[in-house]
Amino acid sequence: MQLLEFQAKELFREYGISLLDSISSTNIEEGRKHAKQLGYPFVIKIQVPVGGRGKAGGIQKCQNDDEFDIKYPQVMDLEIKGEKARAILLEKMADIKKELYLSIFLNRSKRCYTIIASAEGGVEIESVKNQIIKEIGLGDVSEEIANEVAKEMGLEGITAQGVADTLKKLSKLTIEKEAELVEINPLAIMQDDTVMALDGKFVTDDNANFRHDELQKYQEKTEIEEQAEKSGFSLVELDGDIAVVGNGAGLVMSTLDMLSDNGGKPACFLDVGGGATTESVYEALTLISKLDRVKGILVNLYGGIVKTTVVAEAFLKAYENNLIDIPVFSRLKGTESEKAKEMLQGSRTNIFDTVEEAINAAVMGVKK
Amino acid sequence: MTDIFELLKGKPEDSDYENKGVIVQGITGSYGSIHAKQMISYGTNVVAGVTPGKGGQKFEETVPIYNTMQEAVDATNAKISIIFVPAKFFLAAAKDALNSGIKLLVAIPEHVPIRDTMEALDLAKQKDAVIIGPNTPGLMIPELIKIGIMPPMPFKAGKIAVLSKSGTLLYEISDALTNAGFGQSITIGIGGDPVNGTRLIDAFEMVKDISDLEGLVIVGEIGGDSEEMLAQQIIDSGFNKPAVAYIAGRAAPKEKRMGHAGAIVMGTYGSAESKVSMFNKANIPVAKRPAEVPVLLAGKMEK
Repeated sequence: MQLLEFQAKELFREYGISLLDSISSTNIEEGRKHAKQLGYPFVIKIQVPVGGRGKAGGIQKCQNDDEFDIKYPQVMDLEIKGEKARAILLEKMADIKKELYLSIFLNRSKRCYTIIASAEGGVEIESVKNQIIKEIGLGDVSEEIANEVAKEMGLEGITAQGVADTLKKLSKLTIEKEAELVEINPLAIMQDDTVMALDGKFVTDDNANFRHDELQKYQEKTEIEEQAEKSGFSLVELDGDIAVVGNGAGLVMSTLDMLSDNGGKPACFLDVGGGATTESVYEALTLISKLDRVKGILVNLYGGIVKTTVVAEAFLKAYENNLIDIPVFSRLKGTESEKAKEMLQGSRTNIFDTVEEAINAAVMGVKK
Repeated sequence: MTDIFELLKGKPEDSDYENKGVIVQGITGSYGSIHAKQMISYGTNVVAGVTPGKGGQKFEETVPIYNTMQEAVDATNAKISIIFVPAKFFLAAAKDALNSGIKLLVAIPEHVPIRDTMEALDLAKQKDAVIIGPNTPGLMIPELIKIGIMPPMPFKAGKIAVLSKSGTLLYEISDALTNAGFGQSITIGIGGDPVNGTRLIDAFEMVKDISDLEGLVIVGEIGGDSEEMLAQQIIDSGFNKPAVAYIAGRAAPKEKRMGHAGAIVMGTYGSAESKVSMFNKANIPVAKRPAEVPVLLAGKMEK
């Protein structure tokens, strides 16, 4: 899960990383109170779990009450990369000398944590120049490494000290919370040469959630996502009209790709997992029936240990209970697929031999 | 580099040549027991199971169960184990295995925390052992040995090596290969996690020198840079046998985890475009659909 900026900053504060004063709110009345508390000028920042907020107009300077009344709702109503505002953060304006970049991430191919630092921050990581990259194993950043990084960034005096100190705190946070990525961009050098984190990004290892009850309050799931998780599915909501269901993350991704190649628009990615059962597929169909935008369902199952007849049973049950009234385009391959096809003959499920045929029919079908 | 075939088959002079023993950790669990049975019926020599507290019992009236890996290894001398325990117990099971002399550890569980995987890998390195997974379907030499959860139907003995991050795509693509007349010399599931015990480049090192290898199929997906590293490795090593790739997740949105913990694009890190362009650089065609893999492979072979 990717935390929102204000949530990441809560953790930064807990670990003693210097921050500007800021307060988060979810409506304008609450926001007005905070504006008084904080005092102008400040910055209004949309809280969404994706990057590119500045470019999309999600970060606005605000000088007085009149501006506040216009800009707060504007920012609140933005949708960035399909994500609506989860909250608004008001943060004091900073008078800064320079923007730096600092992050610790889990280097997947090197299988260790890695520091990336640069004296030229404030832009997206892909555009950050003169990156200093240091692999740091599984453990903490030592005093020595922290000082070395600050020196390589060309910093001196209390700024160098501040960066080294921030880096050590950042690594403690990363390791203790088992994060995949913690980023401060920008880390600003203030007029008095101290440093402060102006933004924060924090990505957790969700598989370690069971060891981190303290992070659970940050979970922001839709009702459907929550139900999917309970059933042991992986579900990602998308904005198209054809629900894509299959077993195995790779197979469902592959189906999504082929559907998009053929002009279809996926409404969701739903992986029922390797061990599909009649119950789990029925549960998946129940979830999809709750998504209003769905006009058709594309099913791509490769039955291995799982029998496709088990899947066919789920469909028959769904029709019997009037759960589904939209067309289903399905490719069932593997164990007992001939029998499954027979079972579904004459039902709402259109069965195809290849996934390509099922996709073409689905794309045509939802256009009607 | 580990000789994976020596681990899986042994040497011709060994008394257990092509019949190496495998220990199943978590053999009495619901998942472990189904797949232990499936492995046995495929012909894998399952010599022992381990479930703490159930030592002395027998699985399916034939396979002895032990409380610890040390006891199981002492009794059987096996060097291979497969783990079916819940993710939160994976690290303890892996340590138990590696400290008992296991040299090839196949880690099936999904949802293992990355830190636990990294700790297990550290130990494996010290013990000169190989971990396949976690979150993998396992590996197999078709028609000889299966250490994993793959269904048997898609696979046939042959001369193509298949390396895959995804389980179901491994089945799907092997099925397509088999139907097109391309059997497999070995198939290795790398796993869908961010950190893999055996990365694509490691798996490539295991298979690249197979003397009668006729082709290589790489099934990747978005997330990380292991496909890019492999493409570079193929360029650097001068590997010149026909190779074809498939990458899942071209249409996936950025910064969303697509089912697998590792299938996530952060910025441009892990994007399908990056992987496809590296494979192109290595002169490896990338199929648009799974069904296209054997077609591209046949094309490469004609050249």
